[in-house]
Amino acid sequence: MCRNCGKCIETCPVQALSMKHAQVVWNMDICIDCDACIKTCEYLASPKIMYMSVEELVDRIKKERFFIRGITVSGGECMRQASFLKSLFIEVKKMGLSCLIDTNGYYDFEEYRELLALCDGVMLDVKGVDEAFHKQITGCDNRVVLKNLAFLLAQGKLEEVRTVILPNREEENLKTLEYVSTRIQNKSRYKLIKYRKFGVRQEGIEAFGDTTISDMEMQKYKSICEGNGNHSCVII
Amino acid sequence: MSSVKEIISDPTLTYSQQVLALARLAENNDDFLPLEPAFEQALKDETLCDLGEGRAPYRPRYILPDYRILMEKGSAFLGLHAPKDIWEATNALLIMYKHVPSITSFPVYLGNFTDLFEPFDVDEQETKKALGLFLLHIDKTLTDSFVHANIGPRDARVNRIILDLTKEMQLAIPNLTLLYDPQVTSDAFAKACIDCMLATSKPSFANDVMYRKDDMGEYGIASCYNALKIGGGGYTLPRMRLYNVAAQAKDIQDFMEHVLPSYTQLLLRNMDMRIRYIVEESNFFTTNFLVQEGFVKRENFTGMFGVVGLAECCNYLLGIHDPQQGFGHNKKAEALGIRIMEALQMMIKNHHGVYCEGYKNTYVLHAQVGIDSDGRENSPGARIPIGTEPNLYEHITFESKFHTYFVSGIGDIFKFDDTWNHTPDALLDIIKGACSSGMRYFTGYNADNDVVRVTGYLVKKSEIEKLDRQQVSMNNVTVFGQGARNTAHALDRRIYDESARK
Repeated sequence: MCRNCGKCIETCPVQALSMKHAQVVWNMDICIDCDACIKTCEYLASPKIMYMSVEELVDRIKKERFFIRGITVSGGECMRQASFLKSLFIEVKKMGLSCLIDTNGYYDFEEYRELLALCDGVMLDVKGVDEAFHKQITGCDNRVVLKNLAFLLAQGKLEEVRTVILPNREEENLKTLEYVSTRIQNKSRYKLIKYRKFGVRQEGIEAFGDTTISDMEMQKYKSICEGNGNHSCVII
Repeated sequence: MSSVKEIISDPTLTYSQQVLALARLAENNDDFLPLEPAFEQALKDETLCDLGEGRAPYRPRYILPDYRILMEKGSAFLGLHAPKDIWEATNALLIMYKHVPSITSFPVYLGNFTDLFEPFDVDEQETKKALGLFLLHIDKTLTDSFVHANIGPRDARVNRIILDLTKEMQLAIPNLTLLYDPQVTSDAFAKACIDCMLATSKPSFANDVMYRKDDMGEYGIASCYNALKIGGGGYTLPRMRLYNVAAQAKDIQDFMEHVLPSYTQLLLRNMDMRIRYIVEESNFFTTNFLVQEGFVKRENFTGMFGVVGLAECCNYLLGIHDPQQGFGHNKKAEALGIRIMEALQMMIKNHHGVYCEGYKNTYVLHAQVGIDSDGRENSPGARIPIGTEPNLYEHITFESKFHTYFVSGIGDIFKFDDTWNHTPDALLDIIKGACSSGMRYFTGYNADNDVVRVTGYLVKKSEIEKLDRQQVSMNNVTVFGQGARNTAHALDRRIYDESARK
């Protein structure tokens, strides 16, 4: 989270950030989404945030309700705001819209049964199945992620799973997508996301390079998933 | 140089474009149609505009023949019997199209292809071959982008064949519109239309539910997006440049009480006179085979009252100098816009139109798309000016508030980046949202296309470049696209991409 150190204010090229009452304030209207602020931040935070109550957010959604079928809450990590989500979903459901959660899977959904009952599905990141590899790329343990995969499947709440396919990491790529596709089969969409250098931090570029993966390779991975019965596999 | 010499030596005109230009020159040199001095003055100071209809109109501006009669009975004048297969059907239509007059001398309405061709779609391969040749023939002989065909609202195999061919052939002609009713048009068919629209800027979506509610009876979409009765059409389309009219007023009160009513009545009187001339002096309604054989009926025509520059008019009257804070972003400008439209609508309703019994003796409002010489002072119809577009849903909901007034057509163009190609579902949600917000006509294209929609018509960017190089372009409308690009920045409408949240 932002600690209001204000370093990003200096690097913003369009003065979309300013300090008011000791807090960094973001002006969405003039921001050009160059992400200079995010690159500047020493705490891996974003100043592109605003505080809204459930009522304010519901009003905002109401304006767009004719154009959408539902909402997806994302982040950061939206599960950090689980109780807010519960109040939000109750209101959004009243409008006849669906609610999806987009998460990194670090929060154990068995402990959020009420929220899960209100939501229509969860979009889950599975970055790696190999424990050591996951630890290496994220610094975190993947046991809860895999537990969530099984639990959400059993509850019929798995909307989609996403895995970033990394260049020159065939072994890890294969291990992850074999694991995921054999489990989800046709019960959920599986998105294979091509690694791209955009938005990747320096450490990431050093580890995985600034290349991407050929379409042919991606197709090969996709056919493996299809071979495991996962026909709703898409390349992004 | 004389006007004739100019036309015959212009390197960018094809032979048939020269013939048309010479005919137009003759037509506009005549002064048989009497004009009030005040109207002549209004033409000079550009408050009113006759859209090139001149002073000797010899046909209605827009004609929408009921081509089903050709399919059922053939035509005595053309010596055609009722077609029996897809080859005879396409051939009969191609023959008839060449005999349908209009302001451009090309047919502005080609019929509803779903209804016309479905009965003849026996063998898929044969239909595809026949329709491929049919579309090619249209592009190469009806060389004008105001030539317009309709499909839908229901799905049929023939629709999918037309969409496949349209995507494959990448032609600017004909313009194409889906009559869209979410209850009748399947999502699968609508998504196939979206896929085609992103790839080649057509078909557009006409809000069929809304148009049917207007109680116009059977209608078609012709020319740019003009909704008119099938078996009828529009006699004339003069227009009011609202910004220029506003500039004649001292303040809002003067505008509402004196200036607007006086220009409105002046334009209405001109329409009466012009329509009388077409009906009583020209031979169209007495001798043309379209009338004699029942393809059109005189009472199904009406006059179209065109409007441009509502945005700039409101901003001017309110003293708003920064358009980013004006019409499209501003409650006061919105309220004034509604007030102006209500007043216009009332004056037009209270005027007894001539020779338009099928329209309950009234003329209809039309949000004209602008012409290349308008520049940036008058945005098309009631559109938010280029360069000041708000986010997508605000853009749609704001403009929809004005769509109710324009029963003979209004719409806007939305430009998308290529990420939308992968999410036709999302675009369909937006089109459904636009329809339920009250938007009459939604059209879009991918920013990278060669075939692009300028203000209401389609041109190829590569063809505009030909004109830039002083070469000819077969499509008569390319030159308008070039002008609109240069003077009105018409190709610079906002691209809706990831930043569209703002």
